[in-house]
Amino acid sequence: MYLTTEEEKIYNGEYGKTLAQCMQILAALGEIYDADRLIQIKSVQVAGVSYKTIGDAGLEWISGLHGRVVVPSILNPAGMDLKNWRKMGIDRAFAEKQLEIVSAYKRLDVRCECTCTPYHIYEEFAGFKEHLAWSESSAVSYANSVIGARTNREGGPSALAAALIGKTANYGLHLDENRVPTLTVKVEGRLHDADFGAVGNIAGPTVKDQVPLFKFKTIPSPEELKQLGAALAASGSVALYHVSNVTPEAKTYPDPVESISIDKKSIDSVYARRCTPDLIALGCPHLGTKELFELANLLKGRTVKKELWIFTSRRLGERHPAQIAAITNSRAKVFYDTCMVVSPASERFECIMVNSGKALHYVPSMCGVPAVLGTTEECIKTALH
Amino acid sequence: MKIKAHRISKGKASGRILLTKDAISFLGSVDPKTGIVVEKEHELEGESISEKILLFPCGKGSTVGSYVIYQLKKNNVAPAAMINLRCEPIVAVGAIMSGIPLVDQPEKNPFEILRNGDSVLVDADNEYIEIS
Repeated sequence: MYLTTEEEKIYNGEYGKTLAQCMQILAALGEIYDADRLIQIKSVQVAGVSYKTIGDAGLEWISGLHGRVVVPSILNPAGMDLKNWRKMGIDRAFAEKQLEIVSAYKRLDVRCECTCTPYHIYEEFAGFKEHLAWSESSAVSYANSVIGARTNREGGPSALAAALIGKTANYGLHLDENRVPTLTVKVEGRLHDADFGAVGNIAGPTVKDQVPLFKFKTIPSPEELKQLGAALAASGSVALYHVSNVTPEAKTYPDPVESISIDKKSIDSVYARRCTPDLIALGCPHLGTKELFELANLLKGRTVKKELWIFTSRRLGERHPAQIAAITNSRAKVFYDTCMVVSPASERFECIMVNSGKALHYVPSMCGVPAVLGTTEECIKTALH
Repeated sequence: MKIKAHRISKGKASGRILLTKDAISFLGSVDPKTGIVVEKEHELEGESISEKILLFPCGKGSTVGSYVIYQLKKNNVAPAAMINLRCEPIVAVGAIMSGIPLVDQPEKNPFEILRNGDSVLVDADNEYIEIS
């Protein structure tokens, strides 16, 4: 890979150890993936935040870095609500480590807003055809597919390296040739809400890391696309998909010849009741404004009888205090900065009900708890009765 | 004898070869406190990778593996250097984070030349492996 004279100097340590290490990480990835050069990026989303995932080793590495990020950078969810962790039942030892990790990122000027949906907060972070270095799989999928921005799925250290340098290696989904759909997925039936997550869970294992082009009979909303992409990334490793007549790049390419079909019956079977939920958890990926308003309407003036946890970003919560009040007055709990998958708080329940294909996929393996899928309305109904 | 190779992570180190034809997942397969391979049925199960020149085809598994390599280094039980046939990001990033020399794509098949215990220098800066 070609490095400019300035980049060579950074690589060789003329600007200090941290930047040298960052440049070496970017260069090594460029070499591995045959990139021609480094390219400027608009923003970064850094994974590797939850103490549950990165442990003491991660904390130590981040703490040892010096400098400041040079492009807007935001964090992936942490292992707990950074303020309300006691209410989640998080123990003090975990909380202290988690807060240390967040402070270590803050020292590098990373915005300590922990969310998997940065696009719900800062529209200016990702625009059509802009290059990014994002890490969280559902955020990567949304940025590439729904916004038409360009990002590979960065690991935690490579995203942080990109943030400190302001560049990433030019390979993979940064290049037009790798954004061409390779498989058509025809989906039958009129779908809504959690159906799209279910489709993602069904298609993911077949699609693997290809670029699928979906053909739906109904037009999915951006929130439904978010559910589709999150589930596809979790059950396969899809970082970009297109939807005919919906997503911005779908028209650019011819329809792939190879195709698979998904019928309504297989979608319905994803809703099978494996257990009786004692926790209903919504907000995987983090809720956006429209979803927050919808939940506030469903819960206004009512009282939940089961544990109902709702996850979103702190910033959106602060923007919409009336909706948060409507939700918390129903005795549902709103948590920020984290989610049911990355927090150890979910591990003490027997059965978790979710409206997300991604959560349905990860809760059993990451939290050791069985999960069931319901539409948003079914989830609220279960919580109220 | 010198074998040309491709630099992934800078530095140079010498030591004894420990080789395996199995890919290595650092998360879950290597104990970060002791440097001992704990994965059942792995060719290196029970062996210590500490201070060795670790030759393996490539990494696999979770990206958290990069942090495990860093933890091995902090606990003074990391390999002295690593040689891959074809490096992937988990091992590359872990080696750079930890300052462990790493080369890949040696121009001759090292599995045909090297044996466990051979004394070897990995010079990633100058992109070669030397067998003494």
